[in-house]
Amino acid sequence: MEKFEVLHSGAVPLPVENIDTDQIIPARFLKATSRDGFGENLFRDWRYDSKGSPKVDFVLNDERYKGQILVAGKNFGCGSSREHAAWAIYDAGFRVVISSYFADIFRGNALNNGILPLQVSEEVLQQLLDLVSQQPETTFTVDLQQQQLLVPAADIAVPFAIDAYKKECLLNGYDDIDFLVNQKEAIENYEKNRVWAY
Amino acid sequence: MAKSLFDKIWDAHVVKSIPGGLDVFYIDKHLIHEVTSPQAFAELESRNLPLFRKEQMVATADHNVPTKNQHLPIQDPLSRSQVDKLTENCGKFGIELFGLGHKHQGIVHVIGPELGITQPGMTLVCGDSHTSTHGAFGAIAFGIGTSQVTQVMASQCLLLSRPKRMRITVNGKLKAGVTAKDLILYVISRLGTGGATGYFVEYAGSAVRGLSMEGRMTVCNMSIEMGARGGMIAPDETTFNYLKGRPYAPQGEKWEQAVACWSTLFSDEDAEFEAEHVYDAADIAPMITYGTNPAMGMAINGTIPAEVAASEAFSTGKSLTYMGFAPGESLVGKEINYVFIGSCTNSRIEDLRQVAEYVKGKQKATHVEAIIVPGSKLVEKQAIEEGLDRILAEAGFELREPGCSACLAMNEDKIPAGAYCVSTSNRNFEGRQGPGARTLLASPLVAAITAVEGKIVDVTQFLN
Ligand code: SF4
Repeated sequence: MEKFEVLHSGAVPLPVENIDTDQIIPARFLKATSRDGFGENLFRDWRYDSKGSPKVDFVLNDERYKGQILVAGKNFGCGSSREHAAWAIYDAGFRVVISSYFADIFRGNALNNGILPLQVSEEVLQQLLDLVSQQPETTFTVDLQQQQLLVPAADIAVPFAIDAYKKECLLNGYDDIDFLVNQKEAIENYEKNRVWAY
Repeated sequence: MAKSLFDKIWDAHVVKSIPGGLDVFYIDKHLIHEVTSPQAFAELESRNLPLFRKEQMVATADHNVPTKNQHLPIQDPLSRSQVDKLTENCGKFGIELFGLGHKHQGIVHVIGPELGITQPGMTLVCGDSHTSTHGAFGAIAFGIGTSQVTQVMASQCLLLSRPKRMRITVNGKLKAGVTAKDLILYVISRLGTGGATGYFVEYAGSAVRGLSMEGRMTVCNMSIEMGARGGMIAPDETTFNYLKGRPYAPQGEKWEQAVACWSTLFSDEDAEFEAEHVYDAADIAPMITYGTNPAMGMAINGTIPAEVAASEAFSTGKSLTYMGFAPGESLVGKEINYVFIGSCTNSRIEDLRQVAEYVKGKQKATHVEAIIVPGSKLVEKQAIEEGLDRILAEAGFELREPGCSACLAMNEDKIPAGAYCVSTSNRNFEGRQGPGARTLLASPLVAAITAVEGKIVDVTQFLN
């Protein structure tokens, strides 16, 4: 996993609530057996029409918006457990998703792939969405070590929460597999006294 | 100390707690399928890690399989390569596989319970969000992402923070024609798609107790649609009677021991829940959804809300435009062209029986295409043994072979753009049943009545 430290970047606004994983990556694009190339189909049916031509009014097709930060409406990533959603977001170049609420499985999948799900209050979210919509060139700074989201141009500085262990993982590029494999002895001890194992 | 059902099972599966609040959490059963496992196997191999406990895994091919001519090679090369990859991986790692053509093949959340693999008190995961289904047996069951699939493969554990507990109690008796599906659609419409995010739900109350195992599975299945990590129901006689004699359930003396242990799995009287919701079964009517998330549901004879909160106006407007509906509108009388009866929510034998009972001697409307996809080979076999296949065929319904099918439209079972489909599945997201498809979620009974009438009707007049 790539290390995440400080990110300075523009942002892409997507002010839609309850964006589900079927919108992020439709099921018909889940047929690959590797992790690569999902970015092409990120938000496929919002981004392209049925003939494959880009829809001009969709934000990812709008030249003015660039950057590694996606700012999206409340309850982002609800729906299925498909990690392909996180892969698609990462593959399309995003490292941070800002929302006022994330679905549980998506949050976990994002963190396991080096994407920071950055949760802010609904008021801040609205402020950020308005800001980038009106001034697409606005630069955001995400400082993971300090747990701060900064937008100097608008005098915004908000702290964000993240689990201490997950923060270490992101900062160092570790993941849970390394950790769990090192617990083998404890796991084998546990197995000697498993309950209700019929 | 008084403990909830959830806490009893959770505590018994903590290998160790680490500073900061995370638990190394042990997984008893790991189910896999072709879509979310290939990258996990690849990761395991790229890190040179052995598969830790292959005997605690079971695999099936379901998401991507055709529902016609399963004996022939899969036509779509990408689908075929995914299914082949699963077969190859299971062979290489020695995992039990119920692949295409196997007598136990079917949707992962249908076969686990019907084979007795799913049992009370266990922890069970699968790379699929509807793993919550298995909670109907009093298990902690939840969906995981592919990275977590790799973690369980490598260590039989996950690193988790303990979710909060929510109890949803439904008291009283469901009215005639009101099913488990209506109950859960009603609850979700009340709580919203994010209403249970961060929680693990226990369903309780006399209306829930009164449900069959099939009904309980339908309820737990849709827990994820309100954001819950999972749903569960304390095991009781209904659970034990269902499990007894199933191929992977304990037998003989072991069975007696198991039932004695399982009988201790319930929430103690003073157990604490961070959130509680109580509903009255008498308030629940046959339900239907009108929008593009499962919380956008209403009584079938109701009207689409005319006004919504300002913060939701944009999303709701977008959703209704997609569906071709207007605020304040009633759906009664809307012509429907497709009816899909299937998915891990409603494709069990009881669902098929209910449909067959209603359509017996009737005919589907000529403009409706009605397909029924059984949840498993065993459900299909039983439907044939009971003669349901004939009843359904005579009524013009097409009984297919098992798989996820039009629930997520990964195979060729797609609803055309713009067409309306009354579906017994669990998600009505934009494009879920095919690009542009418009899905209305409902119970199998409502789906059957819709197919016969060719339009949405106020089903309450057909009941009793
Ligand atoms: S039937 Fe639908 S919801 Fe159930 S496992 Fe298959 S795709 Fe998922």
